[in-house]
Amino acid sequence: MARLTPGNITLAQEIITRYPVARSALIPLLHLAQEQDGYVSSDAMVHIAELLDITPAEVMGTCSFYEMFKREPVGEYMVNICHGISCHLLGASELIHHAVQTLGIKLGDTTEDGKITLEAVECIAACTEAPCLQVNYRYRDKVSTTDFDQLIDRLRTGTASIAPHGKLARTRQHIASQRRGGVSSPEGQTEPAWLARNSVADTDINSTDVSSTADRDNDASDNSVEHNISSSSL
Amino acid sequence: MSEVTVNLTINEQPVQAQAGELVIAAAERVGVYIPHFCYHPRMSPVGMCRMCIVDIDTGRGPALQPSCMVPVSENMVVDTNSPQTQKAQDGVLEFLLLNHPLDCPVCDKGGECPLQDQTMAYGPGESRFIEEKRHYEKPIAVNDLVYLDRERCILCDRCTRFADEVAGDPLITFQDRGDHTQVNTFPHLPFSSYFSGNTVQICPVGALTAKQYRFKARPWDLSEVESTYPNPMGDRVVVQASRDQVLRYQGADSDAVNWGWLSDKDRFSLDAHASEMRLQTPLVRGTSLGTPDLDGSELVETSWQRALSQAADAISAAVDAYGPSSVALLGGARLSNEDQYVWARLAKAVIGTDNADAQLDDGLPAEAVLGWPRATINGACTPGGTVILLAPDPKEQQGTLYLRLRHAVMHEGVQLIELTPRASGLSQLATHRLYHRPAEVAAVAKALVGGEIDLDSDRRIGGVGAEELAAAANSLAERADRPITVILGRPSLAEPAAPTLAAAAELAQFGKLLSAGGRPGLAFLPVLHRANVFGALDMGLAPGFLPGRVVLTNPSDALSDIWGALPSERGLDAHGILSAATSGEIKVLILLGADPLGDFPNLALAQKAVETASTVIACETLPNASTVKAHIVFPAASFAERDGTHTNLEGRITRQRQIVTPPGTARPDWVIATELARKLGCDFGYGSSQDIWAEICRVARSHEHLEPQDLALKDRLAADLGVQDGVVVAQSAVSVEGSAECAVQSEFVAVPQIDSYSLRLVSSRQMYDRGTLVQHASLLAGLARRALLLLHTSDFQQVGVAQGTTVQVISNTGQLNLPVVPDSGVPKGTAVLNYNHPDADVRVLLDPHAVVTDIRIQTQ
Repeated sequence: MARLTPGNITLAQEIITRYPVARSALIPLLHLAQEQDGYVSSDAMVHIAELLDITPAEVMGTCSFYEMFKREPVGEYMVNICHGISCHLLGASELIHHAVQTLGIKLGDTTEDGKITLEAVECIAACTEAPCLQVNYRYRDKVSTTDFDQLIDRLRTGTASIAPHGKLARTRQHIASQRRGGVSSPEGQTEPAWLARNSVADTDINSTDVSSTADRDNDASDNSVEHNISSSSL
Repeated sequence: MSEVTVNLTINEQPVQAQAGELVIAAAERVGVYIPHFCYHPRMSPVGMCRMCIVDIDTGRGPALQPSCMVPVSENMVVDTNSPQTQKAQDGVLEFLLLNHPLDCPVCDKGGECPLQDQTMAYGPGESRFIEEKRHYEKPIAVNDLVYLDRERCILCDRCTRFADEVAGDPLITFQDRGDHTQVNTFPHLPFSSYFSGNTVQICPVGALTAKQYRFKARPWDLSEVESTYPNPMGDRVVVQASRDQVLRYQGADSDAVNWGWLSDKDRFSLDAHASEMRLQTPLVRGTSLGTPDLDGSELVETSWQRALSQAADAISAAVDAYGPSSVALLGGARLSNEDQYVWARLAKAVIGTDNADAQLDDGLPAEAVLGWPRATINGACTPGGTVILLAPDPKEQQGTLYLRLRHAVMHEGVQLIELTPRASGLSQLATHRLYHRPAEVAAVAKALVGGEIDLDSDRRIGGVGAEELAAAANSLAERADRPITVILGRPSLAEPAAPTLAAAAELAQFGKLLSAGGRPGLAFLPVLHRANVFGALDMGLAPGFLPGRVVLTNPSDALSDIWGALPSERGLDAHGILSAATSGEIKVLILLGADPLGDFPNLALAQKAVETASTVIACETLPNASTVKAHIVFPAASFAERDGTHTNLEGRITRQRQIVTPPGTARPDWVIATELARKLGCDFGYGSSQDIWAEICRVARSHEHLEPQDLALKDRLAADLGVQDGVVVAQSAVSVEGSAECAVQSEFVAVPQIDSYSLRLVSSRQMYDRGTLVQHASLLAGLARRALLLLHTSDFQQVGVAQGTTVQVISNTGQLNLPVVPDSGVPKGTAVLNYNHPDADVRVLLDPHAVVTDIRIQTQ
């Protein structure tokens, strides 16, 4: 769809300074692009290449490697039903069949209203809660077909309080200076940055961590949707 | 790599290797071949294909390890034939063939395919895989020259590594993941690299194929010879032909020169050499009915006898009436050393004129090239050394030199100092970028090598900030205990050679001081345009010179014996020749593969000269703007149609060998010269190019130390000898009298002030231009980028138009309409327009009498 917005360019430039080598910021910037548009558009990839002084082909290489970067528009909600072995034994096939029937789309497709994209995924590491699924990477456990219908209802009416696809990127986190890995290249350093950092008292770091979570959204001027919803809110 | 020696055992054979050497390389060195696909000795190992896994025991028992990723270690035991190794190779091949289509009968690679060969040698006889293989759209064009068939790809990472590591154009990458992994470009962004053809050559399967060679031949039908591509780098190539037709050039891995790489311009120029436009019969002036007639308006076909007689008559008439200096010879860079020698002898000894110049006023005087200490390519790439770029962009003009320099800077710790009027293809790797104002390079060079730099003042020296300059001077001084190489050429054809020569003289002086102080000193690697231009200088196709890098007044005894009387006075250079032709002093103009109308910087002068000269004789392979105007045209043989030798920019002489017959009745240039000499009453007595080479080795001072057999001139198979690096002409053998400094006429060239409305023009060549070869190569002709006027971003904003808007570019002498775009590589106050562009002839803007050309931009 589009290149990065001016606000996101500023943020991107801030992200680039976190790394000793600019191209290391590639994955965070892909998250940023996905947050902006819901997927990573070709224009965004070209723009990221410009920002990092690499070629669009290199951006594409990385972007296409990761399944969770979508290169085509997807629905507001990505519904990923696990079909790993545990989920399979406890009814994932039936759940997927039900989903396909009720949503009227094939796996990988998006409903006509643009709300829901359905995918079957490999094990998502919640075998004790099988059959399970994710909505925009938020877990839903032991999902029956009734639960599924309810979930879809709530997603469609907007009462599920889940941020649209892409909004979960942690690109906006504030990283306190003590936490930073150091922006100098690792070559020629006598002591690794992380070692120096860990010699600081633990309490100091913990407190920084808390505050960093709290003001994560502070510099997100163009981001009005709250996006750190816990799974219990369903 | 350290000098520590490591002892190991490979297949029970004790082997000594240098620490750091890879097992696969050490094995290959002692004659144990380990099959592989992804490993390539000129690129970093990746261990992608797993084909080279062998049993390696480092003291913990034998285990299968990829030999391309494991360096040798003390007491290592390698077994490449163990049952485990064989089973692993069998398994890897079965795995690689899972998705590889068995379309060998229709695949271009069939017959020379490592995958095919190794499957036969090491693989399973049958596959257990009965499922459907993966499918992709059959070949997609990754650019205008190369096709990619992703179904055949075994993901060895060679092409993508080449694009990234060697060429620096990472425009093809792995995309997607797992069994969906494919090599591809970004959508609608082609693999527009000058070196893409190399990926075809190194692809171990038929995934990458060259558009030019697709379905043309089978490897077993090809005959091949090792030869030298006629470019100033002297790239070693293998020329492959079938049924008397050249079908392919492949790079040959010469350690001293091109490392197996070729630029696309050279690799795919085949169509031009084998073009149906090639001149096949002698042409003379005649009537429109095809009857020869001296006053005719057309060029008509005739016999060699008639054309030679006419040419000889014209020459002797001019010599009788106006003296020998009324004949002039222009060009000769296309020729082999032998051809050049015979033509030089014809001009200087038989006709008696010294008016001979192989360069078209776009190079450097022979005094400078031959007089200053000459570097080698390997010398320039010495680890820890310094390279000063005082030349046009090597990426555009000497493709393989760019690759070698790029490798040296990235992997050998060579520091690069750019002393150019604009950014080059190597800028990103340069330690210091000193972009000077056009024609003001001498002041910058002077400051760089020891002029006092006043850091406090804001004054810029030649447009370069004092701080940048001081930093560069510092780095240069710090590394002075390592060799310093100056890549010397004409960075811009919008200015004369003088400023560059003055800068080079400063550097040469600095080098002398270093050498005197016991340091390795400084040497020059000249980069001139056109094929065998360095051979031409060595063979005396320059005013004031004789074969063997000696001046006219200092011939060797052997040369005097054979040649007899010589011209007594130094003749004219290209500019002088054309000027004399316009004033009627030169009557006969011989063009040896030169196209002054298409190529000479002063267009008006060239036009007038060709119009005025009473006889223009052209020896050419292909028609061009100047042959059309000629009175007599001799068709000449191209480099694959004759034997000969070639001299590259470092003075390295390598062999060129005939593999096909010339088209029609075209003849090697030395035959034309010999015949013409006979008509003029002098029998040279040459029977073959070997005779001439033997004579060169006898009479040319710089070649005295060479033995004719050094180049394996006897007809031996190249394969028996390995790739021939050739021999380098030793410079210490001769010194050019009156040395290089005499070429530098004034110490500092006065550059006029620029007014604030104008921009100063820089013009240099690009790889794809209006050159005769490029325009006759069907695949390359369309590749020239659009003619653009490039400006610094702030200058562009001053113009105040949208990017790509066509504006009027006006100079003192002419005007052009050109689209204008901003470019980060252009310094402020400078405008860049490419030379010899098919769409826009920059020569109409160039002022031949000024040191610089200033332009103004007018929006419409």
